[in-house]
Amino acid sequence: MAQVTLSKVVKKFDQTEAVRGIDLDIADQEFVVLVGPSGCGKSTTLRMIAGLEETTAGEIAIGGQIVNDLPPKDRDIAMVFQNYALYPHMTVFENMSFGLRLKKFPKAEIKQRVERAARILDITELLNRRPRQLSGGQRQRVAMGRAIVRNPKVFLFDEPLSNLDAKLRVQMRTEIKKVHQQVRTTTVYVTHDQIEAMTLADRVVVMNGGLIEQIGTPHELYHAPKTRFVAGFIGSPAMNFLPCRLIETSGALSVQLGAGLNLPIAAEHAAGYRPYVNREMVFGIRPEHITETRSYGAGAEFTMPVDVVEPMGMETMVYFVVDGVEVCARVSPEAALPPGERMRFMADMRHMHLIDPTNDKVVDVPAADRVDGAATAA
Amino acid sequence: MTAVAADTAPVIRGGSLRRSRRWALITSYVCLALFAIFFLTPPYYQLVTATKSSEEISNQNTDPWLPSFAPTSENIVNLWTKTDFPIYLRNTSIVTACVVALTMIISVPAAFALGRMRFWGSGILATGVFLTYLVPDSLLFLPLFKVVGSLGLLNSYWGLMLVYPTLTVPFCTWIMIGYFQSIPKELDEAALIDGASHLQMLFKIFIPVALPGLIAATIFAFTVSWAEFVYPMAFIFNSSQQVLTAGTITTLVKADVYQWGMIMTAALIAAAPPLILYAFLMDYYIAGLTAGATKG
Repeated sequence: MAQVTLSKVVKKFDQTEAVRGIDLDIADQEFVVLVGPSGCGKSTTLRMIAGLEETTAGEIAIGGQIVNDLPPKDRDIAMVFQNYALYPHMTVFENMSFGLRLKKFPKAEIKQRVERAARILDITELLNRRPRQLSGGQRQRVAMGRAIVRNPKVFLFDEPLSNLDAKLRVQMRTEIKKVHQQVRTTTVYVTHDQIEAMTLADRVVVMNGGLIEQIGTPHELYHAPKTRFVAGFIGSPAMNFLPCRLIETSGALSVQLGAGLNLPIAAEHAAGYRPYVNREMVFGIRPEHITETRSYGAGAEFTMPVDVVEPMGMETMVYFVVDGVEVCARVSPEAALPPGERMRFMADMRHMHLIDPTNDKVVDVPAADRVDGAATAA
Repeated sequence: MTAVAADTAPVIRGGSLRRSRRWALITSYVCLALFAIFFLTPPYYQLVTATKSSEEISNQNTDPWLPSFAPTSENIVNLWTKTDFPIYLRNTSIVTACVVALTMIISVPAAFALGRMRFWGSGILATGVFLTYLVPDSLLFLPLFKVVGSLGLLNSYWGLMLVYPTLTVPFCTWIMIGYFQSIPKELDEAALIDGASHLQMLFKIFIPVALPGLIAATIFAFTVSWAEFVYPMAFIFNSSQQVLTAGTITTLVKADVYQWGMIMTAALIAAAPPLILYAFLMDYYIAGLTAGATKG
């Protein structure tokens, strides 16, 4: 088990810079998820940790040892690939024990390690089968088993669940979490699925365009995103973004949106937002903070014609349009009105975010001001 | 009304589907039958002629297409006892076995290097390897005569072992490059992480996974060296070193005298080993060993 440290790591492919100088400290036994859209550099970063890609600049250390010039086999890591990468001509047992056999481990120990991993993953009865006789989920378990038997310092997962169907993905997600709780190996996990990132990670690293946008616990990223990108990427359905103007009327601040909407800013945020009065800003609010009017809780109320209704079962997404921008609200199923009708909504302004469009940074409201306590959770 | 239309419509469509499938099958079978007849006619003619005596073959009153009324084994007995055919068969077997082995020893690592280990110029080199295959042996035998001669290997089947790979190695390398490239790159990355060296990766992962390709290449190398005609004709002058193809012709065709019975028998025997090889190894082609390697 070990820490993993990346300092000023750069990766260039010809002239393209895939990773542009990132710093990352991963603690021993920590489960860190790198998440971001395609081409953000997350897989490249993982492959550099694995030693499958050379670093153009910067240093990578595993367990305190700089590994830049070490081949993958000497880094004491194990990797699980998106398409499993099982050896098709070998049985499950042979697949799992391949690394140990190459290292000339005693037969008894190989057997004991494989059986232990098989028990953890519940694949004991599959040990004599070949990969083609297994389902996708079973193959992925075998791939994880191959990683576990090696007892490495670090586990690397490269989008391991992307090839599975939705139901299996949820099952395997739980499985991976369970395995990590049992073996406590430092884990770096790459995914483009923010739900996977949120559910699995101790800390999430959001990457974009070869840079780290933000590192934080899932809670921090959700409630206190630092950039517009993180705010929009984390959360499903995504946060609503609307161009706005911050105005001050007789000492009180409000957000002026299109279509005559004017929403008062919560008193606890006023101090933090005051420097931005009279500036063109972007107003961000998550769908769950726009609801039907409720008798409890405070919020800014307004009426808008319903555009689209998406019932999800336990809640309903209601969309309305403000100045050409579609806005999603998350209301209780009984409260949703059919398209075309005017519906009364309530925005919980304590959860709003104000984004400066010049740098796409979320305006930092002092920790004590945030109602959700996200910033203090750090 | 609508219900009726909905009920009948699929039935009509189903019938037409069945009918068009039947026609497709009939057409396929007719084409296959024509194809089979076309290609099975020469072996049939060989077999019929091989069982006839020289008198029967030269008799103008019998139909050459019909089997003999009195089948004889005189052709095979004469071929075996009165000609150097057994020597040719032995020489061909030795040459072919060595050429197949040599081809695999050269082309498998070459294909692995060209197909999997990216290095400067590997793409151009791979194309270059294939281009050499496009030069026919009828153009190459003259310069090669010089080469083989200068090595002192003229009139020796060792010389053939040296020149046959010029025909087999490029194509086999090309086939293997294709197979190796079709293996997902995650498989060698997984092996690298598991601690395999490049050589272990080749022998423990790539060769077993690309076995169908390896067998295809083997069959090709075998067929080419078994059936090669121009080189032995040009480089071998002595019966003791001669191989089947050239040997049969030089022994059994004397000026304008063709010993058809023995020629046909020799051709039949010569065709048997490739036929047997194909029959046994065809299953490996279809085995699809790569299934299950990755998603799918």
